[in-house]
Amino acid sequence: MNVMTKNWIEIGTIGDIPLRGARHVHSGDKTIAIFRNAHNKIFALEDKCPHGGCPISNGIVHDSSVTCPIHNWVISLETGQALGADEGQILAFPVQIDGDKILLSLGVK
Amino acid sequence: MKQKLVIVGNGMAPGRALEKLFNSAPDQYEVTIFNAENRVNYDRIMLSPVLSGDKAFEDIIIHDDAWYKEHNVTLHKGHKVSNIDRDKKQVTSEGGITADYNKLIIATGSLPFIIPLPGHKLAGVMAYRDLDDVTAMQAAAKAGGAAVVIGGGLLGLEAAAGLKEQGMDVTVIHLMPTLMERQLDPAAGYLLAEELRSRGITVLCEANTKEIVGDGKVEAVHLDNGTVIPASIVVMAVGIRPNSGLAKDAGLEVGRGIVVSDNMQTSDPDIFSLGECAEVGGVCYGLVAPLYQMANVLAANLSGDQDAKFVPQDTPTRLKVTGINLYSAGDFADGDDREEIIFRDAASGVYKRLILQENKIIGVVLYGEASDGPWFSGKLKSQEDISEIRDMLIFGQNAVMGGANVDPLAAVTALPDDAEICGCNGICKGDIVTAINEKGLTSLGEVRAHTKASASCGSCTGLVEQLMTLTLGSSFDANAIQSMCPCTDLGHSEVRRLIKAKEIKSIPQLMQELEWKTSCGCVKCRPALNYYLVADWPGEYVDDYQSRFINERVHANIQKDGTYSVIPRMWGGYTSANELRAIADVVDKFNIPTVKCTGGQRIDMLGIKKQDLPAVWEDLGKAGFVSGHAYAKGLRTVKTCVGTDWCRMGTQDSTGLGIKLEKAMWGSWTPAKLKLAVSGCPRNCSEATCKDIGVICVDSGYDIHFAGAAGLDIKPTVVLGHVDTEEDAIIYILALAQMYREQGHYLERIYKWADRVGIEEVKAQIMDNAQQRQTYYDAFIFSQKFAQVDPWNERVSGLDKHEFNPLATLELEAAQ
Ligand code: SRM
Ligand SMILES: Cc1cc2nc3c(=O)[nH]c(=O)nc-3n(C[C@H](O)[C@H](O)[C@H](O)COP(=O)(O)OP(=O)(O)OC[C@H]3O[C@@H](n4cnc5c(N)ncnc54)[C@H](O)[C@@H]3O)c2cc1C
Ligand code: SF4
Ligand code: FES
Repeated sequence: MNVMTKNWIEIGTIGDIPLRGARHVHSGDKTIAIFRNAHNKIFALEDKCPHGGCPISNGIVHDSSVTCPIHNWVISLETGQALGADEGQILAFPVQIDGDKILLSLGVK
Repeated sequence: MKQKLVIVGNGMAPGRALEKLFNSAPDQYEVTIFNAENRVNYDRIMLSPVLSGDKAFEDIIIHDDAWYKEHNVTLHKGHKVSNIDRDKKQVTSEGGITADYNKLIIATGSLPFIIPLPGHKLAGVMAYRDLDDVTAMQAAAKAGGAAVVIGGGLLGLEAAAGLKEQGMDVTVIHLMPTLMERQLDPAAGYLLAEELRSRGITVLCEANTKEIVGDGKVEAVHLDNGTVIPASIVVMAVGIRPNSGLAKDAGLEVGRGIVVSDNMQTSDPDIFSLGECAEVGGVCYGLVAPLYQMANVLAANLSGDQDAKFVPQDTPTRLKVTGINLYSAGDFADGDDREEIIFRDAASGVYKRLILQENKIIGVVLYGEASDGPWFSGKLKSQEDISEIRDMLIFGQNAVMGGANVDPLAAVTALPDDAEICGCNGICKGDIVTAINEKGLTSLGEVRAHTKASASCGSCTGLVEQLMTLTLGSSFDANAIQSMCPCTDLGHSEVRRLIKAKEIKSIPQLMQELEWKTSCGCVKCRPALNYYLVADWPGEYVDDYQSRFINERVHANIQKDGTYSVIPRMWGGYTSANELRAIADVVDKFNIPTVKCTGGQRIDMLGIKKQDLPAVWEDLGKAGFVSGHAYAKGLRTVKTCVGTDWCRMGTQDSTGLGIKLEKAMWGSWTPAKLKLAVSGCPRNCSEATCKDIGVICVDSGYDIHFAGAAGLDIKPTVVLGHVDTEEDAIIYILALAQMYREQGHYLERIYKWADRVGIEEVKAQIMDNAQQRQTYYDAFIFSQKFAQVDPWNERVSGLDKHEFNPLATLELEAAQ
């Protein structure tokens, strides 16, 4: 199965992330933002706004997007793509939930 | 000769499989069942009606003793299988009974999960899984007292409702912010919690149990936050674990559950498994619909049909608590390739949400009115394209099937003139239509002013607007009010008025009662709503930090590179050698790259890493500094000049007044930022006449100014009025600030608010109306009781740690 070939790393539990909030994970020189939306869905994106590089884990989470606090770009939590009139994309990583554990794979979605 | 089929476990899943098997292959097997429970197969999902007293055990039996006899089944009641010998093809029970098999089915169900809290072994701590648990709960209820249910999911809530019916005081403790978060979105979860509360059940969300205490038996439950809840029983309903130990001991492949292929075969071709203990395609199931599907597949397989395969599908959820209508199915998370249709009827507590993807329903959440659940769920399963019926879809089957092009105005047109439109004020249709025609009214505001219709609770606003459209034709555009954001048609003023009128005290409540069009708001409305609730219900409303912008969440200003700047308060611009030394030490210790004097008479340290913030604040706090709120929609600075202390022109103690004002007002949240200044004479060295509120000291007292601007707009202040004493200056300014706090739209600076409501109106309320002034002043003082807590100190003490620390730091090898 596809899922099995990915290298899943346990990074914490759902409760570690505030509802409609975000945390971040360091991996070498990369930072990955982990989001939890109002429906308890977990997403992982490169923590770097496609516009100016701001850590988007600082934004406000609504639906399944996050608004960057610096110039209000809206980024899709599912794809990492900028929404609306803006263009740009950041990496999105696969996540899996096991019970309340969050598993992250650094293979790109 | 008949094959020997042995079944371990006599739950709902194998029960169904046997029924199917006896139909398709009546004579193929000789069946022996071992069941740890000392009874026949019964409908486990109906335990809740038994608990509440609506049903007896006899009513929920699926197969009675006669059925086993009729089908020649040997049922060993109360015999738990302890060993499977795969070489000998034999099972043995704890009581020593053995049975040989050709085919074996393991259907051991699940084990309820018991959190290993201190005290979890005390008498009175129980799970909710079988009839024995129900009997124990009923006995406890008879003895009276209180019950705590840990877990606000399906099972926990059914247990809570049942225990309440049995007369106990019940508290539900739930770790997550809303109930049944796996099945319900937050809006529906909120409605459910309110309903349970109205039945007298205490519901505590985001609550974590620390320990269960008692001498030999349960006496109380202690929460992390110090709350103590007395209880004689604790029901843990926090989840289930597939019961796969027996299979594992027998050397079968076990993951989360017993691993089976999509025809229910385990890693041993003669052993099958189904039910909650089985894991198919990596998933374990906990609702009967998929288990019954497994039963069909297994029965087909055992009777020789090798093609039957298990196909995973979603199972709708309903809560079996009398009077609560709730339905959810599919995937109700939102996504940008998804659209939602929301219907909220606040008056009758109805919430419906459909989640669409490419014009197909992929998720349904219904609360309050769930009769269309199966119909929606049918469309979900069939993946039917709904574009044709989209307009009426949310109104359900009757609307879609029944009426072609229902005219929304038809209903109001048909109303007689004496039909009551506004219940609060007793206003009829005729009154409104007459007023519109005779007085030439063209806006909702005017209709409200003249007739009072919809001026109280506001829930008839829609009807009044329809009447206006009916009377005025297309010249009336109900949407002309600038709505707050696309999530609502209401404007800021409407929302603020309704928060007060309906006593709305949380964001989910607001979104439901004001019929928000999205499930969770947006970046425009959420911070605004949070401010309105903070301002209107001091001490009661719990601030929703996730609805604040990052600066207010972490109490520092984010910079373009993601670092932060920190500006401590320097009261009235005053500082000292000690303070300056502390700043110098912090700058050295944390390698802060930039230190700058701000335009607000204080010092800014820029370029601080987020994770260093609490440590920086800790050092600053030791020197007596508190947050300068340089990030807040709240009180920023009070600039002063040197005044009578030093200046040869000074007429009053401008620095003293500035410091008093800053000490009285710091910490208060306002619609937009609020900056003050006090100058000691009309030379105005602290630039008070371009501030939000400014004071110019004169020989005879104090001239209070307000509504200046010196940012995006430049505008001199206007004079609010003159007061003689410093004491009055403070009272008038605090009252003015409160009036602005209660009326301002979010992000509306004081000068824009004053333009909107009228300078004269502000003067009339603050200068001329002593009673109103006192009311505002008192309200400000009251709200400061809760607002004046230094946010830096709170975070140094550990609050919101998660904002500053990474969730994890991954080893590089693992990242490969
Ligand atoms: C630090 C400071 C500049 C300085 O080095 O002097 C400053 C810095 C910023 N100002 Fe300012 N303003 C600063 C004094 C002012 C002043 C002068 C004053 O307060 O006397 C003004 C004009 C008066 C006024 O408020 O209108 C001022 C008018 C603005 C405006 C325009 C506001 C408006 O409604 O017209 C903005 C933009 C906004 O708020 O949307 C702004 C926004 C900002 C922001 C928050 C920009 C942003 O959105 O990130 C800057 C934050 C920098 C940081 O991270 O620290 N800043 N800003 C001053 C901090 C004062 C303090 O001690 O708290
Ligand atoms: C209170 C309650 C309400 C529920 N409400 C709903 C609902 O509304 N909708 C829904 O779809 N589902 C509901 N469920 C879940 C549903 O009841 C279960 O999914 C279903 O009963 C599981 O069936 P099963 O056959 O896999 O296991 P079970 O019914 O749990 O049967 C397993 C049996 O195996 C026995 N056993 C275990 N180990 C051994 C052994 N070694 N030897 C012999 N016997 C053994 C156990 O004693 C048990 O009797 C509810 C469950 C409960 C407890
Ligand atoms: S001009 Fe007036 S306000 Fe300015 S320093 Fe002198 S006395 Fe003070
Ligand atoms: S850096 Fe994110 S919007 Fe500009």
